[in-house]
Amino acid sequence: MIPLYYNTRSLWARRLSTGLTVLGLGLVVFVFSAVLMLANGIESALASGGDPRNVILLAEGSTSELMSNVERDALRALGSAPQVASSVEGNPLVAGELVVPVLLPRGDGKESNINARGIGPESFAIRPTVRLIAGREPRMGTNEVALGEALVGRSPGANLGGELVFAEERWPVVGVFTAEGGAYESELWVDVNRLGPAFDRPGLSAVVVRTGSEQARDAFIKGVEEDSRFTLEAKSEPEYWADQATWLATFIRVLGLFVSFIFSVGAVLGAMITMYAQVAARIGELGMLRAVGYRRRSVLASILIESAVLGAAGGVLGALGALATRWMEIRTLNFQTFAEIRFGFTPTPGIMVAALVFGTLMGTLGGLLPALRASRLSILDALRA
Amino acid sequence: MSTAPGQEAKSPLIRLRGVSKAYRRGDIVVPVLENVDLDIEAGAFEAFMGPSGSGKSTLLNLISGLDRPTTGVVEVGGQDLARMSDKELSDWRAGHVGFVFQLYNLLPVLTAAENVELPLLLTPLSRAERREHVAAALEVVGLGHRMGHRPPQLSGGEQQRVAIARAIVTDPDLLIADEPTGDLDRKSAEQVLDLFEVLHHELHKTLVMVTHDPHAAERADLVRHLEKGLLQ
Ligand SMILES: Nc1ncnc2c1ncn2[C@@H]1O[C@H](COP(=O)(O)OP(=O)(O)OP(=O)(O)O)[C@@H](O)[C@H]1O
Ligand SMILES: [Mg+2]
Repeated sequence: MIPLYYNTRSLWARRLSTGLTVLGLGLVVFVFSAVLMLANGIESALASGGDPRNVILLAEGSTSELMSNVERDALRALGSAPQVASSVEGNPLVAGELVVPVLLPRGDGKESNINARGIGPESFAIRPTVRLIAGREPRMGTNEVALGEALVGRSPGANLGGELVFAEERWPVVGVFTAEGGAYESELWVDVNRLGPAFDRPGLSAVVVRTGSEQARDAFIKGVEEDSRFTLEAKSEPEYWADQATWLATFIRVLGLFVSFIFSVGAVLGAMITMYAQVAARIGELGMLRAVGYRRRSVLASILIESAVLGAAGGVLGALGALATRWMEIRTLNFQTFAEIRFGFTPTPGIMVAALVFGTLMGTLGGLLPALRASRLSILDALRA
Repeated sequence: MSTAPGQEAKSPLIRLRGVSKAYRRGDIVVPVLENVDLDIEAGAFEAFMGPSGSGKSTLLNLISGLDRPTTGVVEVGGQDLARMSDKELSDWRAGHVGFVFQLYNLLPVLTAAENVELPLLLTPLSRAERREHVAAALEVVGLGHRMGHRPPQLSGGEQQRVAIARAIVTDPDLLIADEPTGDLDRKSAEQVLDLFEVLHHELHKTLVMVTHDPHAAERADLVRHLEKGLLQ
């Protein structure tokens, strides 16, 4: 084996071109890992909006409340499960809820699409993170609504004491709540038995259950899955919200990987040019190595390893650069729920490993043709050079 | 022609029969060597002279397994080099030949010791054994104190002596030198030639050298002349 220090020192001997190539590779790895970290950050930010003791039950095959339709009969049966926690008054913490999209006029004449959630008497108790910051809870049996904080001011009348008009009915605003940044902050909540008839929707979107503990939750989910009376899909609330983030995260991942791929073509070409130059400048050295007895494939391996080292250096640089974005926080509107979400770049060991592998792969790919060329040189031509 | 004591009865180390070499330039075939017969005994120190383009290097490349003849037999140590594959030739060179080039061909990013160690990395020797061999070889060429220096920090003569250390470190049967003093001043050239004599007389190496320098050729036991691809 041609010693590795021959490669590393030769790279160092031409540090300018080596450095620029590593920088190019590093930038691509930076984009690659930053995007993966971002998608990861979005997922974990949205998942944090849910309570781990809560379970959301959707109709089988549905992935979102907006698309799910659950019979009301399930409500009573689910509420009697032993794992379900009780309210202070002794009622099971279970609620049948209905989510419908509502168009509200905006100040600028356009309309905005928000979600109205029909709730049951225990909906607030089920979600301790949802706290009123003004006014009171809407009373059951009335059209009173509570607004998520993110909706205040979004439409004329969207404020405490105001009144909204949709589905040809009036809906007075009696409370405003926060949800610690969760998606509920951009919903309006109202009695499900008033919302359903207004939209001609007799069924439910989901049943929400609060269990006594995370173990109880797992037992509850297992029980539902095994019970043939139900054709429901049960998920913990954090898992549900993480799934809602998946399409966005997937979109970001696909876009990021696509962009990385395009950039990587440039970086691979850069590595190729650098390695061709290395081989050209060191033809005599390689010829000597062949003369003293190193085989063609030793030369091939040596140049390939050198390219891999170049790529790995780019990988390290890019990964470190991406790690430096950890302190950044992004606030944006969730396109799906319209809640403001806050997220950062969240690294994982897997992403860091992927970054190093990606960099090394690009370098190796760029070194392939130069290495082949080096190994195919005729010794005499090389020695004459 | 002189041979090492006690070797008179043995067949020659190098045996060429009917060797021709031609290069193809486009459609034209250029003959370089024509029907060369040559015997070189083990332990000999021979020099080849001749005008530029006469085929000296070509002959040396055939003997050292860097090239194959167009026709004919090249036998070194009883093995027919013309029949060996590229891989077999590489391994054969590693075990049997030491090279000294006109331009030293050292790796500039490696120290003298690391350069000398390169051929040893192809052997099963342990790290400690390699270090011993490297130190011994550099001692022979008088550069034991420059082990950690890199080629750019050494003079041409010193670089060529490092190259000689690299050539002898595996203790090969055959040393091949193509114009080893061609780039050196008188004094450095004499040092290199002195070394060759030591290798020849004391270590009984077989040395085949190509040179333009009559002073260098004088040191050899036998000088052969090559003229337009024909051995005189
Ligand atoms: N790869 C090659 N392709 C074509 N012609 C070649 C090749 N190698 C050598 N020759 C030709 O063969 C002839 C002999 O070359 P060689 O290098 O053996 O000469 P030489 O005696 O060593 O000359 P010098 O003293 O200048 O080194 C020259 O005419 C040269 O141009
Ligand atoms: Mg020559």
